[in-house]
Amino acid sequence: MSHPIIKDDEVDIVVAAIQPDLTSFMEEWRPIFCRFHLIIVKDPDLQKELIIPEGFNMDLYTKSDMDRVSTSILFTGYSCRYFGYLVSKKKYIVAVDDDCIPAKDGKGFLFDVVAQHISNLRLPATPFFFNTLYDPFQKGADFVRGYPFSLRNGVKCAISCGLWLNLADYDAPTQALKPGERNARYVDAVLTVPLKAMMPLSGINVAFNREVIGPALFPGLHLAGEGKQRWETVEDIWCGMCAKLVCDHLGLGVKSGVPYVWRNDRGDAIETLKKEWLGMKLMEEVVPFFQSVRLPRTAVVAEDCVLEIAAMVKEKLGPVDPLFGQAADAMVEWVRLWKAVESASPTPGA
Amino acid sequence: MAEATPLLKDELDIVIPTIRNLDFLEMWRPYFQPYHMIIVQDGDPSKVIKVPEGFDYELYNRNDINKILGPKASCISFKDSACRCFGYMVSKKKYIFTIDDDCFVAKDPSGKEINALSQHIKNILSPSSPYFFNTLYDPFREGADYVRGYPFSLREGVPTAVSHGLWLNIPDYDAPTQLVKPLEKNTRYVDAVMTIPKGTLFPMCGMNLTFDRDLIGPAMYFGLMGDGQPIGRYDDMWAGWCVKVICDHLGLGVKTGLPYIWHSKASNPFVNLKKEYKGIFWQEEIIPFFQAATLSKEAITVQQCYIELSKQVKEKLSKLDPYFDKLADAMVTWIEAWDELNPPKKTKLPNGTAK
Repeated sequence: MSHPIIKDDEVDIVVAAIQPDLTSFMEEWRPIFCRFHLIIVKDPDLQKELIIPEGFNMDLYTKSDMDRVSTSILFTGYSCRYFGYLVSKKKYIVAVDDDCIPAKDGKGFLFDVVAQHISNLRLPATPFFFNTLYDPFQKGADFVRGYPFSLRNGVKCAISCGLWLNLADYDAPTQALKPGERNARYVDAVLTVPLKAMMPLSGINVAFNREVIGPALFPGLHLAGEGKQRWETVEDIWCGMCAKLVCDHLGLGVKSGVPYVWRNDRGDAIETLKKEWLGMKLMEEVVPFFQSVRLPRTAVVAEDCVLEIAAMVKEKLGPVDPLFGQAADAMVEWVRLWKAVESASPTPGA
Repeated sequence: MAEATPLLKDELDIVIPTIRNLDFLEMWRPYFQPYHMIIVQDGDPSKVIKVPEGFDYELYNRNDINKILGPKASCISFKDSACRCFGYMVSKKKYIFTIDDDCFVAKDPSGKEINALSQHIKNILSPSSPYFFNTLYDPFREGADYVRGYPFSLREGVPTAVSHGLWLNIPDYDAPTQLVKPLEKNTRYVDAVMTIPKGTLFPMCGMNLTFDRDLIGPAMYFGLMGDGQPIGRYDDMWAGWCVKVICDHLGLGVKTGLPYIWHSKASNPFVNLKKEYKGIFWQEEIIPFFQAATLSKEAITVQQCYIELSKQVKEKLSKLDPYFDKLADAMVTWIEAWDELNPPKKTKLPNGTAK
């Protein structure tokens, strides 16, 4: 069975510049990124000028671009990347944090993160039944005995969540408890996260089909005093849980596993712990909520699903904490923005 | 600092079905010798199966099964490795490890031999996490943990009832896949163990499997297969679907992934096709049945869950084929036999004697 080829010009690489000097980051990624168009979005809070090496096909967006489009959505910190998602005109997006570099295999060759993400998105996902040999569409694998034949076509994969070697995406308490722990285990697999299974969709190394799921990846849940360390945010976790719900409802797949990036050491987990740490408390509230969400059959595109979820968030989680009410408002505004941007300049082939 | 994995040598039985010989045990000797083994001899009971010297075992052939179970022996398959579940029933231990007689010790990518039993024990002694997917897989493995965003209230996990291992070399494909890809070997060593999320079914392979008899034993019935039955090679699948529905209901976990064993023998795909072909059609109905199956609040023991499930099988699958009517009855017979042979524990019972 042949699956669609994804061409280089269908892909945008989106990078949120949280730090001003992107030289070493871009040079490390050059062998892999050079073929693609890049969207670099500067954190509006960053005062210094960005330093970006030459030789890339890229567009840069800054605070003034974001203010022109919306003043109510917070595009600060890691959330500035969503602006990049918004303005992209490509079908697929690959996003990597600016403290990550390509991981290397045992022989010193770079793992091509973009190629792997594209392969994950291109090949079907299998959310309805677990395949014990993981992704059956990978070379050298297949569906195992007992896997129903009617489910073997799979569904479109909307999101590919990659992983991290060295500094894993732990929360602050976990990293503080194990300050020396680094992820050294390369698990050579990608698998579909099953239907209805909730998951923490990390934004550190992610790719998605913008056309089908773009509206569901949004800047919504902002913590007060949110900092510039991933430990201090849950914005990606929040929209990731919404996005998974949307995928489950629309019959789209979410994969997790390879590719890995190498995440550099940065920040101090214990320092983060000293702050009022709301993020984890909020997560406890949302689990029963997400388990109970049912989307109506009339919601057939991501935009509609996000609006439905926003309404439910406002109603059920708004009373729990005002941050949820704000997140719901942001979600509605985001869908409005998304539709406005799309109608102004529709994505080719949409 | 990692603690040594306990041997559990007085708490774990190794169950092996065989119809040929047990030569494969020589390779496993360093790992299996401390344990008691239950050998279930399928096929001609007059054949003598030689067990290599130095192993502590009990062996049951068809005559033994008939003698011990009487009329209830009808629930135990003949001429199919499904007969292994008799071994689960007669065991007096908490844990069972079952392995096929064409499975050998595999090596990890560094060339080191894999102690499959030790990995299964690690898996089953550490909690599962079925309510939220951890992207770094089993958070209880050394060098891993729960990732950012994983709710703290779910980090304790639930008891692990099943540890499902995998296979290098000959993969566990169905007959049509084997026919299309006769030469494909599984060479990918995936260094992960993970919990299969609640609400998700999977194809459970009985080649390399460990489970907690106390937690889930009565649900590990491998069905009616082989001689006189319209289907084969769905024994472990059937058990796996029942087990997963019940584990989900009772709040127990199922893990899959490591350890790998080396599966040496590719069975004949044409023979397999004959055995499987009804199953290939039937599973299209069976899977939605299990996906939709719910158990009542009152079903709080495995046996109660299993009996409820058997009633639903009778009610909903009999129209697919009268075989399911028989199977539903056999499921009840199995539970009756299980309860007879496994009265509520008061004192530790001795192992059966070797034959």
